[in-house]
Amino acid sequence: MAGEQNLDLHVPVLARVEGEGAMHVRVADGRVLDVRLEIYEPPRFFESFLRGREHGEPVDITARICGICPVAYQMSACHAIEDACGVDVAAAGPDGAVIRELRRLLYCGEWIESHVLHIGFLHAPDFLGYHSGIDIAADHPRMVEGILALKKAGNAVVEAVGGRPIHPVNVRLGGFHRAPTRAELDALVGPLSDAREQCVAMIRWTAGFEFPDLRRSWELVSLRHESEYPFNEGRIVSNRGLDIDVSAFEAHSVEEHVAHSTALHSRLRERGAYHVGPLARWANNHDLLPAPVRDLAAEVGVGAVVDNPFRSILVRGLETLYAIDEAQRIIAGYRPPGLSAIPVPARAGEGYGATEAPRGLLYHRYVIGDDGLVAEARIVPPTAQNQPTIEDDLRVFVAANLALDHEVLAQRCEQVIRNYDPCISCSTHFLDLHVEHR
Amino acid sequence: MTTKPTVAVWKFASCDGCQLSLLDCEDELLAVAGRVELAMFPEATSRMVEGPYDVSLVEGSVTTPHDAERIRQIRDQSGVLITLGACATSGGIQALRNGRDIAEYVANVYAHPEFIATLATSTPIADHVPVDLELRGCPIDRRQLIETISAVLAGRPPRLPTTSVCVECKARANPCLLVARGTPCLGPVTQGGCRALCPSYDRGCYGCFGPMESPNTASLTERFVALGVSGPAIGRAFAGYNGWAPAFREAAERAGERL
Repeated sequence: MAGEQNLDLHVPVLARVEGEGAMHVRVADGRVLDVRLEIYEPPRFFESFLRGREHGEPVDITARICGICPVAYQMSACHAIEDACGVDVAAAGPDGAVIRELRRLLYCGEWIESHVLHIGFLHAPDFLGYHSGIDIAADHPRMVEGILALKKAGNAVVEAVGGRPIHPVNVRLGGFHRAPTRAELDALVGPLSDAREQCVAMIRWTAGFEFPDLRRSWELVSLRHESEYPFNEGRIVSNRGLDIDVSAFEAHSVEEHVAHSTALHSRLRERGAYHVGPLARWANNHDLLPAPVRDLAAEVGVGAVVDNPFRSILVRGLETLYAIDEAQRIIAGYRPPGLSAIPVPARAGEGYGATEAPRGLLYHRYVIGDDGLVAEARIVPPTAQNQPTIEDDLRVFVAANLALDHEVLAQRCEQVIRNYDPCISCSTHFLDLHVEHR
Repeated sequence: MTTKPTVAVWKFASCDGCQLSLLDCEDELLAVAGRVELAMFPEATSRMVEGPYDVSLVEGSVTTPHDAERIRQIRDQSGVLITLGACATSGGIQALRNGRDIAEYVANVYAHPEFIATLATSTPIADHVPVDLELRGCPIDRRQLIETISAVLAGRPPRLPTTSVCVECKARANPCLLVARGTPCLGPVTQGGCRALCPSYDRGCYGCFGPMESPNTASLTERFVALGVSGPAIGRAFAGYNGWAPAFREAAERAGERL
């Protein structure tokens, strides 16, 4: 059945992605006519029901947008609402500086658990021809056990700082309800040290995978901070000259309610589709990586710019290594703050926040009213930003691989989507478009 | 060929966090996977086996006409049906739409409201089909998940908490935030199972495990009023992750929150 010039590829249930989606590709006379990443995740209207809630509540509520990356939502919400209320936590004296470090530590934990889940359980099966990470364990038990231990170490970090791995309870505006004790963080040192070895082994293992050929030239958008690999702070930059304050994001990125797909697609006003996530962070901040991470990258053949999206699995591994080392650095220097949270009294105003979720830039904007309640909320999740780019990747990949057997091609197309670790549950902007499709 | 019980995991309107809890059981995952056949678990495996299924784990609430039909089909194919978490057991945070102007909600987010197929309400699974067991929490507690799967496989009832968060606070020897510090806390009316997590982090319980059996929300409301908490703030406290659960809904409405 290979090599036909007309074909309809339809994968009704995308596996190994967070949330629910489907894929449709239509080819006629050897031309790719239509590519759709369809998402039938029901809308949940977070931006609507956030209105009228107290200014401190979005921190917990928006976490529920995504069970895989709740910390990202909590961090973007905190920074945006603190901005609205005129509080700069990181600049608020010695306690603010410690809280800033704790926020980075919490984020390290989320990057580790989210990246490792994707590498070992969602992405690796594609390269090795298995249905799941659990199936890989049958043939590679030690590697999968190591990956589980690594993931557990990430969850342990989130749990120590946040109280629990999913929807942490300890985050609040201004900082934390209770600062972790030295002993609670010291308990992480051993597991993180073991995790580092597992991580290096995992990176070397994935470096041996066979990567399908696909070369892309994207506009890569991420935060950039002056002195460190970014989590919570920095300007929004790209490899094509974008360099803006977070507050200018909506002036440059427009959301479209596209009828043929299922999400609000984000595009740069000036140049169209763009790419967020590990490859963008990596390219835009490569000079800020510590030497051990760069050395291992060089060993496994990862340069400053990765233009084959299938190789994102390597960059996720390297970012995991960075997160482990960064977590150890923060823990080693930790002295509990006097105040676990800087006060953030409600104040009428508008505020902006963007942080680096594991799968890319996550933007929040809030308007707080005179009554201290949320008057308006806007949330732009990473997968909505990547969706036009994912479809472009699919278009290019299918056009170059029409000779493949259809079943193989369909599987590879799913892999093209999984390259982005799409988080379809980030449902603020995802909608059910069955009406339109049928 | 296989005699292992088949397990299916289903997602409705939700954040994925409850089914992620299964993959977060790092120490038990491979053992559990060895005892059952994961016949349908799209988040974790691309192998999808047709029903019927011995056990269905259902995450999320019903918010679309399509999902209202889909849950009936799943019920028909399932032996034991277990709901996971606040969305599936009470409608979840997205039930805050209930009673509101859904057309306005849609228009606030989407440029083309005519494309949106949604119900005006987010409702729990048990409003649509009979449910055999339910696990509370936003998210569920992974130890309870393992206990429940083990119990079902062994054919015994799972050991799940039925008392309030207060009992768990006492077990951890936490000072009472409500009494000692005057911090509003939903612990006295909320089902335990979290090991009094929030009070252990110096914050009041926000009710993510939903109402305990026969909660005295009126008495707790009086206490909040005495602490100086405003009516609307009390309403919002109950109108949270389990705001559509009848006991919390009633308390929220009594405080003036429209649900």
